[in-house]
Amino acid sequence: MNNWEYAESIESEKIVKIEKKYGHFINGEFVSPNSKKYLDTISPSSEEVLSSISIGNEKDVDFAVNAAKEGLKQWSKTSPSERSKYLFKLARLIQERSREFAVLESLDGGKPIKESRDFDLPQVAQNFFYYAGWADKIDLAWGSGISKPYGVVGQIIPWNFPLLMLSWKVAPALATGNTVVLKPAETTPLTALLFAELCDEVGLPKGVFNLITGDGTTGSELVNHKDIKKIAFTGSTSVGKYIQKSLAGRDVGLTLELGGKAANIVYNDAALDEAVEGVVNGIFFNQGHVCCAGSRLLVQEDIHDVFINKLEKRMQTLRVGNPLDKNTDIGAINSKDQLDKITDLVNEGVSDGGELFQIECELPKNGFWFKPSLFTGVQANYKIATEEIFGPVLTTLTFRTPDEAVEIANNTEYGLSAGIWTEKGSKILWTADRLDAGVIWANTFNKFDPASPFGGYKESGFGREGGRHGLLSYLKASS
Amino acid sequence: MNTNLSMNNIVDWTTTSDLVGNVKVDQVGVLDRVSSLATRSIKRESKLDALEKIVSMCDLTTLEGEDTEGKIIQMSSKAMSPDPNDDNVPSAAAVCVYPALVSTAKKIVKDSNVKVASVSSYFPSGQAPIESKISDTQFAIDEGADEIDIVINRKAFFEGDYKKVYEEIKALKDVCGEIHLKTILEIGELKTYENIKKASVIALCAGSDFIKTSTGKISNGSSREACLIMARTVREFESYGYGMRGIKVAGGIRDAKDAIRYLVIINEELGGSWLSADYFRFGASSLLDDVLKQIKKLKTNAYQSSYYFPRG
Repeated sequence: MNNWEYAESIESEKIVKIEKKYGHFINGEFVSPNSKKYLDTISPSSEEVLSSISIGNEKDVDFAVNAAKEGLKQWSKTSPSERSKYLFKLARLIQERSREFAVLESLDGGKPIKESRDFDLPQVAQNFFYYAGWADKIDLAWGSGISKPYGVVGQIIPWNFPLLMLSWKVAPALATGNTVVLKPAETTPLTALLFAELCDEVGLPKGVFNLITGDGTTGSELVNHKDIKKIAFTGSTSVGKYIQKSLAGRDVGLTLELGGKAANIVYNDAALDEAVEGVVNGIFFNQGHVCCAGSRLLVQEDIHDVFINKLEKRMQTLRVGNPLDKNTDIGAINSKDQLDKITDLVNEGVSDGGELFQIECELPKNGFWFKPSLFTGVQANYKIATEEIFGPVLTTLTFRTPDEAVEIANNTEYGLSAGIWTEKGSKILWTADRLDAGVIWANTFNKFDPASPFGGYKESGFGREGGRHGLLSYLKASS
Repeated sequence: MNTNLSMNNIVDWTTTSDLVGNVKVDQVGVLDRVSSLATRSIKRESKLDALEKIVSMCDLTTLEGEDTEGKIIQMSSKAMSPDPNDDNVPSAAAVCVYPALVSTAKKIVKDSNVKVASVSSYFPSGQAPIESKISDTQFAIDEGADEIDIVINRKAFFEGDYKKVYEEIKALKDVCGEIHLKTILEIGELKTYENIKKASVIALCAGSDFIKTSTGKISNGSSREACLIMARTVREFESYGYGMRGIKVAGGIRDAKDAIRYLVIINEELGGSWLSADYFRFGASSLLDDVLKQIKKLKTNAYQSSYYFPRG
């Protein structure tokens, strides 16, 4: 063997400046929390405390919502082309400072720098550019004078793509003339706090964008505030259900983007090497913390052994480690809680009778880590075949015919995404027609574009983000 | 050892034909993988390691009508000692010349580590009857060539006569026997990834020890995408039990950065076992000088001008 080891190539942390403590960003400035309570945000790759963030209570939320109500007065008088200018400015500033954002995202969330640098940040900027372009063309999108903004919208975002999910929510909301109270996830608030600084820098009118940090109780206060006109939530299905129950009986708009258990269907006539790459990308991208992850591999029975063999070899080349190392493929699990959840589900998979393959690699001593894992010999009734694991764990099922593939793929409470791998165009179309999934990729996976609407069926939620349809999530019919 | 394998590691035509018929490659996936591997950040000791490996994998090449004995002597001498001021820099893998100049090169490199490779089979077009290709090859071997670089019959390939492509390579491998046979696919003419993969399969089945991207004689030379496809074909070949085969990339690889990206592809798709001159080569004329400069830069922190290095 002529082993060639890649030396560490660490992206410098020096570029980011993290305050010891952060307040909420309300009415255009950072303010100390009424609650006087703080919570540490740590780096999941080292468990080092990065900063303390405020926990918003009822009064904090009330303050933020009132600021957004006041902000709406001016924002609704701001011409659409002016709104567009602010969004363009934000997009450009994000591009300028993308390295800083990327490092911060990887530090706070654990994702590899190559992903935050090459995927998250470019997508974030694109979203702002895209919706900046729509701001003065809303009438063209859905007809003249038929729609108007909700007003004050509450947005609750998850920890897997913190800044990207912020951009999916904030850009269309501001473009359509709403004002925002945003609550980032408790484990990943730092990029949102930096974004708030940018809002100040571009001179966004006070109260248009408000940021309130905290935990689940803060989110709950936001959902239950009387003056919120619309809630947009991305996160787990259980929290989504709670929100929907809370809002029942109130005139509050709601869009939910929830969990998934996507099927990645590999037919025997697929280009197998490329399918292996796609399957790897589908489940191990962002440590599998992806709602649309291709977490169920459906492989045609006659190529099962060949495919699994290729897949295991490829998995073994994945580089797990320091998220700031530019050569890291798989970073840290976002939190201790999430790691426990993944571990429990995997243990259950093994005791159910699933055959577990994990790559051989050394894991860092500190921080939260999970080896890329593959289950074979799984039956449809195992929990790992039905429940969202939200980690680097792939579950394999087999099928014999296209009909059976579709049946298995749809045999889930979710319906967010799916993948199809075959060299036959007609088979792609046949299969896609029959899958209940919001987004379907063919011979590729995890490809995103701001112009393409994203969202789910069944318990994966409702409403669409992105594209022309994404505007509708922040508009209601004009009376 | 696989039963479909006969003498000279040749896979029978029926099996070959099945494999060719079953070729599938997805363009988007290939491009994605190559661009993702290009982001590998190779620094410090791993960079030095890579650069020294690249020197040892270089087939220093001149294939011009204007080549003279003097030119060949100069290049062969450089291949043996690319940087006379630094003993840690290895010798190149081989010199690559036209058949008529093999004996000249051989006189210089003698029994050193540096091999003499000769192009043959009516390089670069391959437009000649098989009898001529055989005598061209036999001549190079008689002159002392250690390795033979042939071209595939693209005329037959595009006419759909894959069997003829296969039979010609097989016939030339028969002539070569133990001598290393590198088969040039000329990917710049094959164009599609499917064609590149088909030609790779045919060349490997017909007994080639190496498959090689390009002649360097047309404007479209090597590409990292082709290297990836060829690497995956070689991997598949080994998984069938047909043994380890090598890859040579040539044509347009001019700087160290590009060469390192090729090395990353081989490292991640095939693994460390392929990272030696026995299984991976660069065919190049100007690449070596840039690699030597980069080595010097890493060791001394200063770029040196070309005139510090001997001409090749």
